[in-house]
Amino acid sequence: MATAEVPARNTDLPLEPEMHPLVQNKHDLVSVGDAIGNVVLNGQHPRGWWIGFLAGLAMIQFLALAVCWLFYMGVGIWGLNVPVAWGFAIVNFVWWIGIGHAGTLISAILLLMHQKWRTSINRFSEAMTIFAVMCAGMFPLLHMGRPWFFYWLYPFPNVAGVWPQFRSPLTWDVFAVTTYFTVSLVFWYLGLVPDLAALRDQATKKWQKVVYGLLALGWRGSAIHWRRYEKVYLILGGISTPLVLSVHTVVSFDFAVSIVPLWHATIFPPFFVAGAIYSGFAMVVAIAIPVRHWYKLEDFFTDHHMDIMGKVMLATGFLVTYGYFSEIWMAWYGHGLYEWGTTIERMFGPYGWSYWCLIGFNCAFPLVFLWSKKIRRSEFWMELICISVLIGMWFERYVIVITLTREYIPAGWGNYAPTFWDYATMIGSMGLFLVLFFLFLRYLPMISITEMRELLPKKQGGGGGHSIMENAP
Amino acid sequence: MSTATPGQAPGTTTHDAHGHGHADPTVPVPFGVLAEYKTGDEMAHAVEKAVAAGYTHLDGYSPYPVGEAADALKFPKSEMGPIMFIGGLTGVCAGFIMQYWANTWGYSLNIGGRPYFSWPSFVPVTFEMMVLTTALSGFFGLLAICGLPRYNHPLFNSVAFDRATRDRFFVCIEATDPEYNKDEVTALLQGTHPVSVEEVME
Repeated sequence: MATAEVPARNTDLPLEPEMHPLVQNKHDLVSVGDAIGNVVLNGQHPRGWWIGFLAGLAMIQFLALAVCWLFYMGVGIWGLNVPVAWGFAIVNFVWWIGIGHAGTLISAILLLMHQKWRTSINRFSEAMTIFAVMCAGMFPLLHMGRPWFFYWLYPFPNVAGVWPQFRSPLTWDVFAVTTYFTVSLVFWYLGLVPDLAALRDQATKKWQKVVYGLLALGWRGSAIHWRRYEKVYLILGGISTPLVLSVHTVVSFDFAVSIVPLWHATIFPPFFVAGAIYSGFAMVVAIAIPVRHWYKLEDFFTDHHMDIMGKVMLATGFLVTYGYFSEIWMAWYGHGLYEWGTTIERMFGPYGWSYWCLIGFNCAFPLVFLWSKKIRRSEFWMELICISVLIGMWFERYVIVITLTREYIPAGWGNYAPTFWDYATMIGSMGLFLVLFFLFLRYLPMISITEMRELLPKKQGGGGGHSIMENAP
Repeated sequence: MSTATPGQAPGTTTHDAHGHGHADPTVPVPFGVLAEYKTGDEMAHAVEKAVAAGYTHLDGYSPYPVGEAADALKFPKSEMGPIMFIGGLTGVCAGFIMQYWANTWGYSLNIGGRPYFSWPSFVPVTFEMMVLTTALSGFFGLLAICGLPRYNHPLFNSVAFDRATRDRFFVCIEATDPEYNKDEVTALLQGTHPVSVEEVME
């Protein structure tokens, strides 16, 4: 029987010295709760909130219009044709789901690696994941033609006696994305429960007490509950780590299992995962920079965070670049007629401009500038670099999909041009993301109050930087 | 004071009715004695002291996890690991059997001459099912085993307890404890440097 013996623990400042604004500004348990919680409870919108929310609301109108017209007319309103049967739907699907992966990476992998700086950004990265996966999931559903039969994708007993074909990567995709969304939601909500309880007790308005009280599920911070909670949180981190890798691997199988030249490659799964992290981190930083200004949260999301995230982007950016190099190298070294021919068409064919956009936005610009610490700590430059990466990663998927216009025999070649409705749906999905994200900022704590309190040094009342990992044997 | 309790004659009380004291909602029943502390260390120390004194029905409360308190409560390891493991195993078995049955017997399709039972292609879905059921069993298992969700709890009757999610740490020795005696418990907790000690009613 284990006794009350506790291993000796270092109670010194556990953080990197650069993260110390949290400490220098003399925060304590109450001020942390107020700084984060009052954003939600007081309901004072900064001007930036309105700009973001209304911009999102304007963009979402395009989505409403595009979806209504799509349901009336069918997928013929998109620029799809026979060599390019997927078009923008899959480009945007992969782009969004890749963006989502950063949230899981930050909340799960960095948790397992004891990276305490993640605490400032994990909550809103997880929210970003959920909203990005929602945007991603919309595209295959809309592409179905008859979205109201979406449940046919799942195995369920039916009178026709028909079951899904489980050897197909598209069926794997259904399971991967459904699982990913559900697990991300559970992970996010579980993390929110103690914070919702904090808001319930901090709230002064009746409706806030009731709503946050219901959402907090009666959480009361019992030591026994905390111990169980931390164990669940840790295991969720542990299973989300292979999950996030598996999801983008399965997404890459949608391409790699086919026999299209340049798609049928073993580099695809790791290359896709690296790209997902690259674009996801870019999205997190791109959003965090304005948000920390509007809400005066510079104490929590510091320049040091941008610095670290810039380094992660530098590393994943080089992995992605290696992927581009490897594709060309394998095509050349493999002496495959179609592989090499398709490579030349990709670089210098009618859609060659998109390949060079990809290289420019994704490799040349960010990977030159991210080396400088000064630039990684500059808001202006980081915002610019992140937007460039987001555009570059979108072009990566576009280039992959457009490969279908020039594959085997020239008789099968074709062209692809997106229509107004393709663009409207894409812009609309961005609007959906913005609206959901700004509603989240308004109604839920964007930084984990509980974990921030744990991060405070002991003499300020905190847990001395003690993290969930160390409490859950 | 109202005496309009149904099923009870006016003017009578149940104080002297042995074994039926809890039936009268107008008579407050103690839930336990609640002590408030400024730091997690003091709280964990108080739990340790109460456990050493022989109390078993008690708990610590804190705005963030205080591992020492759970250790002091002799709860060094939670049940969640086995629960989630069994949940995950169920997902693996159910996922694999479902695919095996669906593609071998239920609706067998010849895909490029592959055997109907081509198990390597069933791996991704089996894995996803494992992750899904592990996560769901963890979430719902946690709620079930903690007795959540619940809308109210006797501790929420205490005004001071509002700060349990803010900046204060609490220990509550509950009235269901066989050793419970209000004065003794209060005295014990007073000796652990609390900010306040109060009795909380159901």
